[in-house]
Amino acid sequence: MNYFRSHILIETDEASVQQGAKDIMAALKQELAKHKLDKEINVLETGSLGFFERGVCLAVYPDNVVYGDVTLNDIPQLVEEHFLKGRPLSRLMLEKAEKKNIPLEYAKRIVLENSGNIDPEKITDYLGVGGYLGWEKALTEMKPADIVQAVKDSGLRGRGGAGFPAGLKWSFTAPIEGVQKYVVINADEGEPGTFKDRLIMEGDPHKLLEGTMIAAYAVGATKAFIYIRGEYKLCIARLQNAIDQAYEYGLLGKDIFGSGFDLEIEIEIGAGAYICGEETALIESMEGNRGIPRNKPPYPGQEGVWQKPTIVNNVETIANVPAIITKGSDWYQKIGTPECPGTKVYTILGDVAVPGLCEVDMGTSLRTIINTYGGGMKKGSRFKAALVGGAAGIFLGDSMLDVKMDFHNLAEYKAVLGSGAILVLNDAVNIVDVLESVIRFFRHESCGKCVPCRNGNEQLYRSIKKIKAGLASEDELDKMILLADAMYKTSFCALGQ
Amino acid sequence: MYQEIFKKYRPTKDNLIYILHDIQDNDPHNYVSEEAVQSVSEYLKVPVNHIYGVLTFYTMYSTKPRGKNVIRLCESPPCFIKGCDNILNKLKETLGVESGETTTDGLFTLELCACLGLCGNAPVMMINDEFYGDLTEDKAETIINTIREERA
Amino acid sequence: MSKMININIDGKNIQVEEGKTIIEAASAAGINIPSLCYHQDIKPSAGCGICVVEIEGQPQPKRACCTPAYEGMIVRTNSVELRNLRKMLLELILEDHHVDCPTCIANNKCDLQDLAYIMGVKTEDQGVLQTKKPIDESSVSIVRDPNKCIQCGRCVTVCNDVQTVYALTTVNRGFEAEINTPFSKGMADSTCINCGQCVVFCPTAALTEKTHTDPVWEELLNPKKHLVIQAAPAVRATLGEEFGMEEGSLSVGKMYAAFRKLGFDAVFDTNFTADLTIMEEGTEFINRFKEGGTLPLITSCSPGWIKFMETFYPDLAENVSTCKSPQQMFGALVKTYYAEANNIDAKDIVSVSIMPCTAKKFEADRPEMTDSGYKDVDYVLTTREIARMIKEAGIDFAHLEDEKADDFMGIYTGAATIFGATGGVMEAALRSAYFLLTNENLPSLDIEAVRGMEGIKEAEVDIKGTKVKIAVAHSLGKARELMDKVRQQIKETGKSEYQFIEIMACPGGCVGGGGQPFQSNLAARARRGQALYKEDKDLKMRQSHENPAVAAVYEKFLESPGSKKAHKLLHTNYFQRDKMSGAVVKEATHKH
Repeated sequence: MNYFRSHILIETDEASVQQGAKDIMAALKQELAKHKLDKEINVLETGSLGFFERGVCLAVYPDNVVYGDVTLNDIPQLVEEHFLKGRPLSRLMLEKAEKKNIPLEYAKRIVLENSGNIDPEKITDYLGVGGYLGWEKALTEMKPADIVQAVKDSGLRGRGGAGFPAGLKWSFTAPIEGVQKYVVINADEGEPGTFKDRLIMEGDPHKLLEGTMIAAYAVGATKAFIYIRGEYKLCIARLQNAIDQAYEYGLLGKDIFGSGFDLEIEIEIGAGAYICGEETALIESMEGNRGIPRNKPPYPGQEGVWQKPTIVNNVETIANVPAIITKGSDWYQKIGTPECPGTKVYTILGDVAVPGLCEVDMGTSLRTIINTYGGGMKKGSRFKAALVGGAAGIFLGDSMLDVKMDFHNLAEYKAVLGSGAILVLNDAVNIVDVLESVIRFFRHESCGKCVPCRNGNEQLYRSIKKIKAGLASEDELDKMILLADAMYKTSFCALGQ
Repeated sequence: MYQEIFKKYRPTKDNLIYILHDIQDNDPHNYVSEEAVQSVSEYLKVPVNHIYGVLTFYTMYSTKPRGKNVIRLCESPPCFIKGCDNILNKLKETLGVESGETTTDGLFTLELCACLGLCGNAPVMMINDEFYGDLTEDKAETIINTIREERA
Repeated sequence: MSKMININIDGKNIQVEEGKTIIEAASAAGINIPSLCYHQDIKPSAGCGICVVEIEGQPQPKRACCTPAYEGMIVRTNSVELRNLRKMLLELILEDHHVDCPTCIANNKCDLQDLAYIMGVKTEDQGVLQTKKPIDESSVSIVRDPNKCIQCGRCVTVCNDVQTVYALTTVNRGFEAEINTPFSKGMADSTCINCGQCVVFCPTAALTEKTHTDPVWEELLNPKKHLVIQAAPAVRATLGEEFGMEEGSLSVGKMYAAFRKLGFDAVFDTNFTADLTIMEEGTEFINRFKEGGTLPLITSCSPGWIKFMETFYPDLAENVSTCKSPQQMFGALVKTYYAEANNIDAKDIVSVSIMPCTAKKFEADRPEMTDSGYKDVDYVLTTREIARMIKEAGIDFAHLEDEKADDFMGIYTGAATIFGATGGVMEAALRSAYFLLTNENLPSLDIEAVRGMEGIKEAEVDIKGTKVKIAVAHSLGKARELMDKVRQQIKETGKSEYQFIEIMACPGGCVGGGGQPFQSNLAARARRGQALYKEDKDLKMRQSHENPAVAAVYEKFLESPGSKKAHKLLHTNYFQRDKMSGAVVKEATHKH
């Protein structure tokens, strides 16, 4: 095997590819070959490095340097300076990476530990960093009930929005016997400002698969589906590739590891409906119907896809599972807060200096996230509020900056952690405008079945237009608040609420 | 004429979403026609009204003929804050159509859509399967003109 | 029996079967929870949210229509907050509803109006509709006004789940969501079979019959015209409801009196041709049975069923009786037999029928229904429409003296009157077929096995050693089930286990028809049916072949059942229809 003195990891997630990452990679290889460096320096593809609005990024190991906004024209100089002369090209270096050693500090990352570190299209890379050890351990050393217990003990809560304890969810379905059971991974990410699941799937698809496998074994499902929104073409391709490889390596299929357990994983594709992020709507969609939420009960755990017991979990939730199995629930429980152990992946957007993706301990305050991981506010702008949790989330103002953010604490402030999107607004932004955009979103994305949501959002939309046009009387806002409260209390599913 | 597509899928209702995707992707006008719906209904033994209900529920489908290039501009809050309204106006101006309409040369259809999950590069649009991020008015115009030249 | 559980609603302890919802439990205990989209006979859509209740220990109000009761549950159905929420929801609905109550067809019969009134919702602040959607008037039977639609989804459920007609569906999403036909083509260009179940289930007037009261008034007020009226069996069991009478009241005598007061020149009864139908269809059955003709024979009285069969089961068209429905037999005879016998020029006759049915409007409009040389039936009015006319004429219906129909085409037997309830046609046919085959009466004229609200009823009738297997289905969903079975049996063995089948498009039969008073339910339909069985029991003549007016029409005009003349006027043929548009594709059977 070749020994490489350096590895260049170039991110090829959907956004970077669109900005020419593939061409840059080709040029880089060519340039290295020109200088006869191609035997010394390896060029690899990887998932998102966690920087947004920085064009194509690439990381160099073991030098721990990240370059951003790399273009084709930069390649000759970059190769000459950094790889020939050994002097990192400061012009393109991302300050943040050096200053805070983020996101190159992996110790605390669980979900994203490999993202930006390994080639997501190679199962060998994943195996090389200890991948599928959890699957092996689960299948060969543990009983399904042990796994359910371990996940229960870990305190892992669903990362899809509501924060329902994952182990508890599994424990309802695991004991049901004599019927086909299913595991469905909810990757129908549609919450505005959220794309953590896309980055997880693009950056480390095998981790999601491993978590899915363990979940399936734990609840006794021999078939699992990953429901991905139709627009995520790269995710679909990477996951399909990963599934194919897993079959090839005997990690999926019949009698896995000689355990007698069979498992198949299939990808299901959505067609554009935010509401399908709601688990029963997602199930309706899988069955070829309009994505209208079902009456609950019965819960999917008892009657889900094709009336069979079905566990629906979010991508991020499941991506936590392998680590819980390999490192144990005690280890997991020590991370984050007692009520909500573990980490949380956020996407920080808006008026921060360095918009990006980060995985931090549960309970990290908004202030820390903005200042440390977002690099503070953009120069010259002042914090006004942050929309946390996507469109379904809530505006958090100054007073909330130091609240420890987890499902438990935020609930006390009637706020939700939701999907983990943080949209930071400066004081120049008109909240009414943003609100209009949020309401417009819901007016369109409501499934249309239920009055509070369908007519309610329309009514709010009309009110806000009135306010914008200066036609509203003073009690218009009071009316809106009353209505919003009524919608919250009477909506059928969480969308309206 | 849809038999080639049907061959790939078992005739069960849960394949409806895929079949509709496949039909639309292979249609020169990027839509699912009445005839297609009728064929699918016969193949899957699912009533026409159900298929129509599904078609109109999901935003990726169209029941009306569209241009060769379907532009879907995100109007969700992150893109909104970054000025997608200006991009929309620019696109309308460049294309000479309102949102939901197709240019007379049949090259473009302009649509608005909800979050595409590329908020790090807001404002974002998709043209067919391609993403275009960090849009400015100039950039949007250039993209349209490039496609127009390439595919005219 | 399933397990009983204990719950408490508004302080009242209630025992309820496990699995029942809160609203069902409450209703059984006589507690009425306000609701709008909920209907007891169909699965809840849980759309409107009006039925929210508070459950102890739960942070959020829950919908009573879809929340199952559990042991120890404590429910409150009213509170300041619940009232406010309900009012706000009603305001939201009214904001996007075309409020024109005074002239609305559903005035005083509208669930939305009712609730708004009861809850004291102020409508004066309501603006006009922001955008008016086009009204679908394409169908000859049904009008759909989306501006009055509250999207409760009842019509969609009934059309798809109960009737399996698949004409209506919910389209689009969000605020743009609406009820429509595929590709918004309109009811006339859909698989709609005009049964009108969507109309009777609609809580507002978003779905109504296409009304023909105005042209009928014009004819009535034209002295040159000779107006003849017939009323279907089921109308006598429901017309009273429109005037505040109890469900299941029989008001046949008042009905005739009202018709005369309205100015009809001849007051007849469709029951007369119901008896005639039995003679024709009974003869047809006996002939097929004896001579090895196509079996099972399937009844043809229900025009909704006929269009359904033409659309989904054209391969079984040969099995369907060639007999026209009683309405159309009547129409063909009025402009021939009646006109000739009474020296009236048929072109001056205006033939009006009062039907429990919206599909009858479509049937009367079929191009082949002109065997008299004219349009056999000129106008079809529903029970609701004639009630409006009676009210407009200022007739105090409830206090009218009973009158009789005119004898010429107005005499009927008990066999005819039960046509209005599911199983009635079968029972009537068996009574006469038994007699025609054996020259004896059935040991008991009450054939209980075909009565009642069971979806598919089966029986084996012993006609002096000859066994006849029969089946009765009501609602088209049940008809579909039965037809699939018949089709399968014929495919596999060449013949079906059944020899005679009755099908009615509407649940409960014609008493539950789409032209009947708004907002009935299965229990009410059963009570209406009981009224018909009671009349049957009370009538002296209970078998069609005993009807002297029927004997007279054969003697003076038609010669004998199944004669050439009878075939020309009283029988018809069927077509195959497109599964998307319902349009005629080709003939499925030939005219005999």
